[in-house]
Amino acid sequence: MTPEDSRYAKSHEYIHVEGEVGTIGITEYAQKELGDVVFVELPQVGTQLEAGDELGSIESVKAVSELFAPVGGEVVEVNERLTEKPELVNTDPYGDGWMVRIKLADASEVDELLMTAEEYDEYVETESH
Amino acid sequence: MADALKKTPLNELEHALGGKMVDFGGWELPVQYSGILEEHEAVRTRAGVFDVSHMGEITVRGPKALELLQQNTCNDVTKLSDGRIHYNGLLYPNGGFVDDILIYRNGADDYFVVVNASNTDKDFEWLRDNAQGLDVDVQNVSANYAQLALQGPDAERILQPMTDVALAPIKYYRFSTGNVDGVPAIVSRTGYTGEDGFEVYVAPEHAPRIMQKMIDAGAKACGLGARDTLRLEATMALYGNDIDHTTTPIEANLEWIVKLDKGDFSGRDVLEREKNEGPRRKLAGFEMVDRGIARHGYPVVDGKEEIGVITSGTHSPSLKKAIGLAYLPLDKTAPGTEFTVLIRGKETRARVVPTPFYKRAK
Repeated sequence: MTPEDSRYAKSHEYIHVEGEVGTIGITEYAQKELGDVVFVELPQVGTQLEAGDELGSIESVKAVSELFAPVGGEVVEVNERLTEKPELVNTDPYGDGWMVRIKLADASEVDELLMTAEEYDEYVETESH
Repeated sequence: MADALKKTPLNELEHALGGKMVDFGGWELPVQYSGILEEHEAVRTRAGVFDVSHMGEITVRGPKALELLQQNTCNDVTKLSDGRIHYNGLLYPNGGFVDDILIYRNGADDYFVVVNASNTDKDFEWLRDNAQGLDVDVQNVSANYAQLALQGPDAERILQPMTDVALAPIKYYRFSTGNVDGVPAIVSRTGYTGEDGFEVYVAPEHAPRIMQKMIDAGAKACGLGARDTLRLEATMALYGNDIDHTTTPIEANLEWIVKLDKGDFSGRDVLEREKNEGPRRKLAGFEMVDRGIARHGYPVVDGKEEIGVITSGTHSPSLKKAIGLAYLPLDKTAPGTEFTVLIRGKETRARVVPTPFYKRAK
């Protein structure tokens, strides 16, 4: 189930917003497509990002893929646990497998740029066929 | 596009088993079922079964069969005896690989050559063209065979109850023929994983039943992803990645298959020069010093100058670190030498290490 309390980018990141902070990770669909994640490269706290900026990279056994900022903001926290346990991205993408928290630059971007869970599910359905 | 993909006889079973199917050189094959790490682990500790039916098979028969193979390969085919197999390079006159192959000797004038899927037509034409005027019959018999690779320490225990071929006496790189699940088969103790195991060749229609029985007996269905991590840990070359028409066996660190004393053969003068003077570059194993994974095609640099290239790279599930193979200038190939690889533009350190990365305990 795609969580309805988050918003989704076409590049398969989610953002879960609470107040002015958004938690970013990759979706269940994305982790399945990637396969076993073995290494996640994340930005420094304090990095300023605009929507669509490259935020880091995710290495699975078979491929590498980039992680993009779904909306703009400043990185306030990165998930240090992923250094030791990158597999959390596979086992719990919406929970312990989160990657970055950002302080939103412009909260209106969330609704303007991103998809709802329902829209994302439809998007994935069409993309995968 | 998708409907143009070739399918092996196991395609339907692979879908049913939940294989994540990909386009692999024009073949629809599973990259994984449950996950690469899990499948890799199964082969290292128990057993896994791979569909390798896309591999090509070519028969070379007749009074001049040996001569044809000797002239076009670098290993010494006269050293084979009946029931033995060796790894060999089919070479162009410039010493580059047409393909890397296995040769099975059925008899002094009867050989079974196993080739890479995407090279099958090219290899067949190369051998057939070079057979002009020789009393030898070259046939592409790929469509007659499905191939299953049953790999891992439990392989013999799983396969023995299914076959009348006595497996224990078959040593590494030897084969026998008999029945597997009641149908004629070639069974060889070979593989591409660095583990003990067998490759089984049967008529296509029997392959799904036999694969299912192997799974029922404890083998894990494995995909191309695990096949790649396993072969790279064992430092077995992958055509198209580590070797191709531009690389020689000497450069590819495969000097052990170059037998200059066997007489003349295609590419011999180039290999002799490289053996005496040293090749300008050589394939070396490396591990990452900095974090990251250096993958196929990433440049190796010295300052602004590109001095080499990564040919294979992955996360090694057994060693739990990033490993790979790279062509490097000869003076940078000694174990311990550090070099810089650009990972998506970022300078990242790696270190040459001895190969193979992984060797099974005997």
